[in-house]
Amino acid sequence: MDKTLKKMVIALAVLTVLVPLGLFATGETFGEWGAEEIKEKLGYVPHGIESLGSLWSAPIPDYSFPGVESFTGSALAYIASAIIGVVICAGLLYLIGKKLTSGRSD
Amino acid sequence: MHIPDGYLGPYTIVATWLIMIPIWVYSARRLGRELRSRQVPLLALSAAFSFVIMMFNVPIPGGSTGHAVGGAIIGIVLGPWAAVISISVALVLQALMFGDGGITAIAANCFNMAVLMPFSAYYVYTIVSGSSDVTSGRRTIAAAIAGYISLTLAAAMTGFMFGIQPLLHKDAAGYPLYMPYGLNVALPAMIIEHALGFSFLEAIVTALIFAYIQRADPSLLAHGKPSRA
Repeated sequence: MDKTLKKMVIALAVLTVLVPLGLFATGETFGEWGAEEIKEKLGYVPHGIESLGSLWSAPIPDYSFPGVESFTGSALAYIASAIIGVVICAGLLYLIGKKLTSGRSD
Repeated sequence: MHIPDGYLGPYTIVATWLIMIPIWVYSARRLGRELRSRQVPLLALSAAFSFVIMMFNVPIPGGSTGHAVGGAIIGIVLGPWAAVISISVALVLQALMFGDGGITAIAANCFNMAVLMPFSAYYVYTIVSGSSDVTSGRRTIAAAIAGYISLTLAAAMTGFMFGIQPLLHKDAAGYPLYMPYGLNVALPAMIIEHALGFSFLEAIVTALIFAYIQRADPSLLAHGKPSRA
């Protein structure tokens, strides 16, 4: 592995462990409210948001393990999520890239 | 900027999937033609980087939180077609595995963050760079401007998609069925919080990585041309 690439991998690894810093931002995000937040704002929940909001049950919803409430627990779940994301994203694209460039030497 | 399920009505959902499917197919073909074997590790890292950088939520005054996307630097370094595939993989994983962004909204979110963003960044970077040397300071600034403009544009398009929902879908009593806020609220909300906040973060992230590559291995920056056969 060349030096530049190695440094990038290290930088990515450092970012991955530092992700819990992102948990300190606790405000709301425009357009990403849950049903209760919308109810507080409008006094009602639009039908579509109510019926489709829970269409998909993600295995690790919001990068957290259900039932884990402590900050340490959330931070560990957040790091674990980042590791899963990094491994799957990098692994998948590495495989795709290798397949696409097989036989090329540039 | 990850639109959840239930915020976009069927017209927008269907339209965005119809737009995105050919873009994904074509991007994959372009990637297959243009990708160099030495770029493969960089491609893999780019998707992982985009995934991780989006986890760094930052607060801005006014109580809102958001994040950079990394879409600009990927578009600049690997070219916009490669960026489409790279960022889409990160966004699909976020939706399926972590419920970040709706599954019906995958196409909309990919259009905003994986298409509009890297393409606008790539063209802004190319125009501002002009014929300057690859290692020039002008290109670093071009990268920063590209980061700023591209995230702001992606946010504006997200605001637009949100804002047209009350016009398209109302129930019998006149209540909105999906995103309740119209263009007059959604568009300025998305643009202002990005233009005054998160887009600066994207600009800094883009410029920092770009400046690092300029010093470490400028040859990586010579292969991002979308027209290369």
